[in-house]
Amino acid sequence: MTPPAAPGEAPERVHAEDPAHALPPESGGTERSGRRSGRVVLDDEAIRRALKRIAHEIVESADGTDHLYLVAIPNGGVPLGRLLVDNLESLTGARPPLGILDTTLYRDDLSTRGSRPLLRRTEMPSSVDGRVVVLVEDVVNTGRTIRAGMDALMDFGRPSHVRVVALVDRGHRELPIKIDYVGKNIPTQPGDKVVFRAPLSAEGEPAVADQDGDGPTRVGTLELSVLEADGEEGGGR
Amino acid sequence: MIGRDILGIEDLSREDIETILETAERMQEIGNREVKKVPTLRGRTHINLFFEPSTRTQTSFEIAGKRLAADVVNFSVSSSSVTKKETLLDTAKTLDAMDPDVVVVRHKVAGVPHRLAEVLEAPVINAGDGAHEHPSQALLDMLTVREQKGRIEGLTVTIIGDIAHSRVARSNIYGFRKLGAEVRVAGPPTMLPAEIEQLGVKAYTNLREAIEGADVVMALRIQMERLEGACFPSVREYAATFGLDRARLRYAKEDAIVMHPGPVNRGVELAHELADHRPSVILDQVRNGVALRMALLYLVAGRGGR
Repeated sequence: MTPPAAPGEAPERVHAEDPAHALPPESGGTERSGRRSGRVVLDDEAIRRALKRIAHEIVESADGTDHLYLVAIPNGGVPLGRLLVDNLESLTGARPPLGILDTTLYRDDLSTRGSRPLLRRTEMPSSVDGRVVVLVEDVVNTGRTIRAGMDALMDFGRPSHVRVVALVDRGHRELPIKIDYVGKNIPTQPGDKVVFRAPLSAEGEPAVADQDGDGPTRVGTLELSVLEADGEEGGGR
Repeated sequence: MIGRDILGIEDLSREDIETILETAERMQEIGNREVKKVPTLRGRTHINLFFEPSTRTQTSFEIAGKRLAADVVNFSVSSSSVTKKETLLDTAKTLDAMDPDVVVVRHKVAGVPHRLAEVLEAPVINAGDGAHEHPSQALLDMLTVREQKGRIEGLTVTIIGDIAHSRVARSNIYGFRKLGAEVRVAGPPTMLPAEIEQLGVKAYTNLREAIEGADVVMALRIQMERLEGACFPSVREYAATFGLDRARLRYAKEDAIVMHPGPVNRGVELAHELADHRPSVILDQVRNGVALRMALLYLVAGRGGR
């Protein structure tokens, strides 16, 4: 198996062809807080394009899809994982399994918080033993969620390899975690928030890209919000 | 937000109950893993303080704590030696000195967990206090109904047995009412407290009327030690009047489920044929009990920011 692309290379490519990058900063803020100013750093189209490229990179470095197993970290990773699986299928004709793995019970900050975060769904449809497991996350920053994800994964068996996809890498790593496939590197300040907004279904779950193909389904957008004061904890840990 | 302690369903809001049930539904998946353990409460101490023997509830809490990687200690005290207030508080002080992160309490006297919650540093979970409340049992019952029926709102739940002395009945009445179910209770008049309808339930002394159109029929365990007392004349009479069997279940909805908090007195409150097979969901209740207690421990044990 060939190693995945060096992390420094891929982002440069997206950067150049990413139309969202050229968008002027919008100062609309988000709907929930007037203290934030936000801009879209990756729009629907750019996200689709990045995932298509990442699918190619995954096939290349995993030498096909035979042993691939995509595992999405909720909530943001789930719609991205579904789209990646679609891309991998149209690329190779084979559809790798997609699991959903909540990392909340493996967090390292549970004893310092006043209340416990709500748990998200975990569904692991097949064994990870001997598989090339690709963890899919929307935003990676400190690397702590990926650490939790890897620990959780090991409780399900022994993958042959673990790789990581991040649609956005913010880069403020606190642990020695490397992202193998990056949609886009976005330089941020530690107090910033990068939020992936996926269209939500009625149940509040990220909407499933529909299988029947009734036209394109919106994936979502990535927004960078700059907090002017300390706010509640958001995505991108 | 869930408070510090879990003392009774009466104190919980509908939103709290739903948070607990949703958390338990996530916990169920862990029981299907090859490694049935997550590191969430690693290094935390969970004490089961049982003043009244209870193999089932205590084992369920113990497994729940262990699946969350807590260190579980069973501290059993014979109830006869701890009935005085001083002794109880002494026990509490002793426990506190061991610095637990959660204490699960069962006591035959109502209100003991509440008193302990006032004096202990650690959060307290009530595992049954006298005839007052048994919140984890009611929550696992609600979890099981939601799993079987997909909802609780709008269902009709009939509880049969010694309503007056049953903490399971009391907690279930609060819980199912808060989630929007119609609750009926049935039993001999001596087992139906006069003020029970103030809890928003309808009381029946006729089993057929109580079961008519029900979605859930819950038979309570008849406490044998009370049998020869004043409540009713004999086991046989109770079984003949209020025992649930297939013939009587026909009055309920066709897809009604049968529940029981266990252990079953076969042939008394529940016929043999109903104890083992569908529509009985008794073993589902036991299985869900572990996930539900994991949810309670997760939500209260060793929380920071106090």
